[in-house]
Amino acid sequence: MTHETTTIDIDWTACQAHGLCAELLPEHITLDEWGYPLIDGAPIPTRTTKRARRAAADCPVLALKLRVG
Amino acid sequence: MSSETLWYANRATGAVCLVLFTVVVLLGIAVRLRGRLPGLPRFGTVTLHRTLSLSATAFLTLHIAAAVIDGYVDITLLDAVVPFVSDYQPLWLGLGTVALDLMLAVLITSLLRARLGHRTWRAVHWLAYASWPIALVHGIGIGTDTGADWMTWLTVSCVAAVLAAFGIRTAHAVRASHRTPTALLRTPERPLEGARS
Amino acid sequence: MTATYTDIFMPPRLLAPGGAPADFATHERRYGPVSYGNPAQLLETVGQSGLTGRGGAAFATYRKLVSVADAGRRTGRAPVIVANGAEGEPASHKDKTLLQLSPHLVLDGLQLAAEAVGAGEAYLAVEAGASYLEAALAERRRDPLTVKVVRVPKRFLSGQSSALTSYVSGGAALPQHQRPPVRERGVNRAPTLVQNVETLAHLALIARYGADWFRAAGTPSEPGSALCTVHVPGREVRVVEAPFGMQIGRLLPLGPTGAVLIGGYHGTWLPASEAAQLPLTTTYLGAGVLAMLPADHCGLAETARVLRYLALESAGQCGPCLNGLPRIAAAFQALATPGPQGTTRTDIARWSGLVEGRGACHHPDGTVRLVRSALTTFAPELDAHARGFCTATTQTPLLPVPNDRT
Repeated sequence: MTHETTTIDIDWTACQAHGLCAELLPEHITLDEWGYPLIDGAPIPTRTTKRARRAAADCPVLALKLRVG
Repeated sequence: MSSETLWYANRATGAVCLVLFTVVVLLGIAVRLRGRLPGLPRFGTVTLHRTLSLSATAFLTLHIAAAVIDGYVDITLLDAVVPFVSDYQPLWLGLGTVALDLMLAVLITSLLRARLGHRTWRAVHWLAYASWPIALVHGIGIGTDTGADWMTWLTVSCVAAVLAAFGIRTAHAVRASHRTPTALLRTPERPLEGARS
Repeated sequence: MTATYTDIFMPPRLLAPGGAPADFATHERRYGPVSYGNPAQLLETVGQSGLTGRGGAAFATYRKLVSVADAGRRTGRAPVIVANGAEGEPASHKDKTLLQLSPHLVLDGLQLAAEAVGAGEAYLAVEAGASYLEAALAERRRDPLTVKVVRVPKRFLSGQSSALTSYVSGGAALPQHQRPPVRERGVNRAPTLVQNVETLAHLALIARYGADWFRAAGTPSEPGSALCTVHVPGREVRVVEAPFGMQIGRLLPLGPTGAVLIGGYHGTWLPASEAAQLPLTTTYLGAGVLAMLPADHCGLAETARVLRYLALESAGQCGPCLNGLPRIAAAFQALATPGPQGTTRTDIARWSGLVEGRGACHHPDGTVRLVRSALTTFAPELDAHARGFCTATTQTPLLPVPNDRT
């Protein structure tokens, strides 16, 4: 039985350190000393996927993307 | 509904639109500047910007509806989307129509943002900086309340606020464009500014 | 112009002895003609040869060719091939030398690889100059594809694969967010094969002489040979051809002291005694630079100069790199100056951890590799500096850094 995993992918050329993603997904994203997101690369559990989709949609520069694999 | 009621409704909703769209522009600039509103989390700024823009659009719809339904002046639905063809005050009304068309482009691309990609969305969103002043001039030119003190004060405040915010935004962009690797290396002794500067 | 010495470490393959550029007639006389028309056979031969990329990443060439060909079939768009001769690495001369001395090997390889992936467009990317390329192309009559020469800006990152495809597409020569990767969506959104010119030259020979011939040099796990740019103080810079598995101590006149920079400015510093025993391997090869640092030079000062250059060469697009590399460079400059170090080492460690893997390209990762190897290899010098003195006796800079304003 295979299941899909959702992981966070960041377009670093677009990211401007707005920091919304860290607020919406505090268990998965923290901010470094310059305001840029630190992600652990682990897949997002299903219960958090909805918030993750919101974070991707709300990023002011669309730098946060969700990869399904 | 009498023509006079509709006329007052049109003027009132027009004034509300001025205030609301001004706040929407200010909030949009706040998002760009990574600003936090007191008491709200970061995503609050974006959410408020979007919510208020929808509210402003609703009031704009009422504003246009009141003008079209009112039988006293000859303004048709076509005049609302095609500029400068109306019988009534074609120039000033036409400017309002132009502002509406630009705002619709901004609105629709924002709703389809994820599908269009950031670059396309951003290019169209810049039209907001054209739509707002055109709507303002429409209001001043066509407005029945233009001479009144309260309207003058309201207009001056909105213009001052947007000019100040735009000035800050431009200064910020100029400063950011100077943050090249070369510039950052040239200041080895003093602490380097972080991304939040 | 970089001389090719009589120091021969193996029967020459890519660079024939004599050091003169080979025109097309000489090229065909020396190597024989190449035949097109059997891409499937070529792919199989490349797979058996074990050829890996010579652009720094050492990716299996067979797998790269197959994935681009697959992407072309899947998307229905004819792939594009870009021969990468940009060589933005200041200490590396191998690609320029290869293009000057054996351009037709590269151009043969370009046509063969294009055929193997079903490419419809071919580009050859170089830095400014190299006008002899158009002359070399004019000599060729049987090329299936027309090759367009693209001259890229003289920057460290111009040869990065997504920066290259962006530039060829008419955009800036800056790394792009690679999702999907360049092999799926590159030049003008077509699947693109970006291949280093040296890899293409090896491919041109494999097509003629076969996989077994290629594997006759090197080791079973790392077959073949590689071009290396050798920097020995007091001697002219040389480009040599060496088989994998050969000890680095045979390529450089190493003594018991001093250090060696292996790979390039994204490479690794090693003590000379350790490097002497090290076999030439793709793990360390990188851009193929081998630079000797005698003990009377300060390795920390050299590294500080290179780090300053690397920070200036950041594309400036990605926050961690833009913020981290200048800070690391400035801090390393402090370490390179004798005196109290304060929190500098922990700062560098923290920033190194913050820039790694957080960017559109591997510029920060390579820089961190250099930093960490320098801190390890020059640990005795760090101690000396912390106590207020430097063991070096000369201040003459050694490693080439363009526009060095220190």
